[in-house]
Amino acid sequence: MRGVRKLAWVEVKLFIREPLALVFAFAFPFFMLFILAGVFGNDIDSTDPESVEVWRGVGPSDYYVSTYVGLVMASAGLITLPLRLAGYREAGVLRRYRAAGVSVPVVLGAQVLVCIGMAVVAATGIVVTSTLLYGTVLPANWALVLLAMGAGLLTFASIGVFLGAVLPTARAVQGAGLALFFVMMMISGSGPPRDVLTDSMRLVSDMMPLTHLNLLLQDAWLGFGWAMDQALITLAFAVGAALLAVRFFRWE
Amino acid sequence: MTGQHPAQIPGERAVAVRELAKVYGPLRAVDGVSFDVRRGEIFGIVGVNGSGKTTTVECLQGLRDRDNGEVHVLGLDPATQRDALRHRIGSQLQESALPDRLRVWEALDLFAAISPRSRDWRRLADEWGLWEKRRAAFADLSGGQRQRLFVALALVNDPEIVFLDEMTTGLDPSARHAAWDLVRAVRQRGTTVVLVTHFMDEAEELCDRIAVFKAGRIVALDTPSALVRRFADHSTVRFTHEGDDLPWLDGCPGASAVEREGTRFTVAGDGPLLAYVASALVAHGIAPLDLRVERPTLEQAFLRISEVEATTR
Ligand SMILES: Nc1ncnc2c1ncn2[C@@H]1O[C@H](COP(=O)(O)OP(=O)(O)O)[C@@H](O)[C@H]1O
Ligand SMILES: [Mg+2]
Repeated sequence: MRGVRKLAWVEVKLFIREPLALVFAFAFPFFMLFILAGVFGNDIDSTDPESVEVWRGVGPSDYYVSTYVGLVMASAGLITLPLRLAGYREAGVLRRYRAAGVSVPVVLGAQVLVCIGMAVVAATGIVVTSTLLYGTVLPANWALVLLAMGAGLLTFASIGVFLGAVLPTARAVQGAGLALFFVMMMISGSGPPRDVLTDSMRLVSDMMPLTHLNLLLQDAWLGFGWAMDQALITLAFAVGAALLAVRFFRWE
Repeated sequence: MTGQHPAQIPGERAVAVRELAKVYGPLRAVDGVSFDVRRGEIFGIVGVNGSGKTTTVECLQGLRDRDNGEVHVLGLDPATQRDALRHRIGSQLQESALPDRLRVWEALDLFAAISPRSRDWRRLADEWGLWEKRRAAFADLSGGQRQRLFVALALVNDPEIVFLDEMTTGLDPSARHAAWDLVRAVRQRGTTVVLVTHFMDEAEELCDRIAVFKAGRIVALDTPSALVRRFADHSTVRFTHEGDDLPWLDGCPGASAVEREGTRFTVAGDGPLLAYVASALVAHGIAPLDLRVERPTLEQAFLRISEVEATTR
């Protein structure tokens, strides 16, 4: 335990010394916030049933704010975490840690802790920005939103460890991780609303963990309750990715 | 926290290796290697690049899985009892790295914290000449400084055995000599040292016994002086003398060739050549001030071992 804490603290310091390499991932949710708030604003024509349907009865910016929180978690899990792990493996840092007797759970635990911390800070930043600049709503049900966030962090931490385990190099992460991230950013609810996607897009979208996490977050945020199906699917992704990560983790 | 290791029975084996083998695809990188390392000794592993030294010591440390053979390190099998072994051994790997922005003191402090027992890392940093650099980031260290940091990290858990793989690569001559002194001091504390090197002077200087690797096998294993005696038993006696030729030098026991270049004489041969040459000179009333003998080095023995092996294969 002393090892994890120390390693996590070291990782935090390393992060503070060289933040740009890792925070660039968190810029995307902010871009989406600024662009989509500029395009759609936060008003809908409430006499147009189609529009009401697409935006789930709320203003577009209110619709989106929770999905950016999901997107932040995806950034951490699809880019930041695997980039770090693969980079360490490639450089021989993991090898060195292993020889010193650092166990897999300690290495991964420290990385996950730091990434979760960064994601929480970035998510807070997104919500504060959106609230102050665009006057979007705060969570209707804080408890459910926090619960959904916990599920999201768990899921994307597992996915991040899995990607970091199977993608051999930082370059591979920059390819595969970023590709996955952009697909999710566009069709998992943080981009065009689900209702306007084509059928085939929606099919792909349904296979993405972020789609379900975003629905879970959005329902909780807007006061539509707890989306149990989405919660279970999200957790299934978490468990699946964690098992695969343990199975495929390599030190070198 | 620090201090000598519990009383060790001299001669007890720290490492026992029997028929160790490791293949990479078609390549037999280690091909049936057997040796013991006694507690408290400095055991050298030498050989040209690619002869299987690193593979062998990494199998011993549980960092690679062997394909065949038996290995016991401190009585434990590194393949199945890696965790129990981990904190009792120190590892300086031939290839490894630390995060670029990690500072020297943080690395030492971190590795000390990971291990259940540890030495005071400040003293280690001081011993290995890293104290002034303790605030420097890993990426800003020179090759030699990194190397010294890795050795210090290998020692911070106060190991019973330390594996040093090409420890002095990248060190300048004075740092190399300082490192040798430190390795001797490490052994003095009771730590067994397994030293992989391709510097013969280093092996000759430090090691109690040396295994010579070639193409994944051990082709010779003995003390440095025994290896030299067996594989390069010849000496060269040199002195200067102004005057006539000294034809009677040929008659010295063991002398095989006498050469003269101006005033410089060279007598080549084997056995206790210096003693015989000296007594012959004195008997003829000549007492050169610069009479000296050059004994063959391990380097020469090593070259000879390689040749012998090549012709017997
Ligand atoms: N991970 C590996 N995969 C494939 N071949 C390897 C690997 N590690 C070492 N080798 C090969 O095995 C042989 C022995 O390597 P090594 O043990 O590193 O030798 P040394 O340390 O004596 O230079 C070399 O031919 C090397 O190329
Ligand atoms: Mg090597």
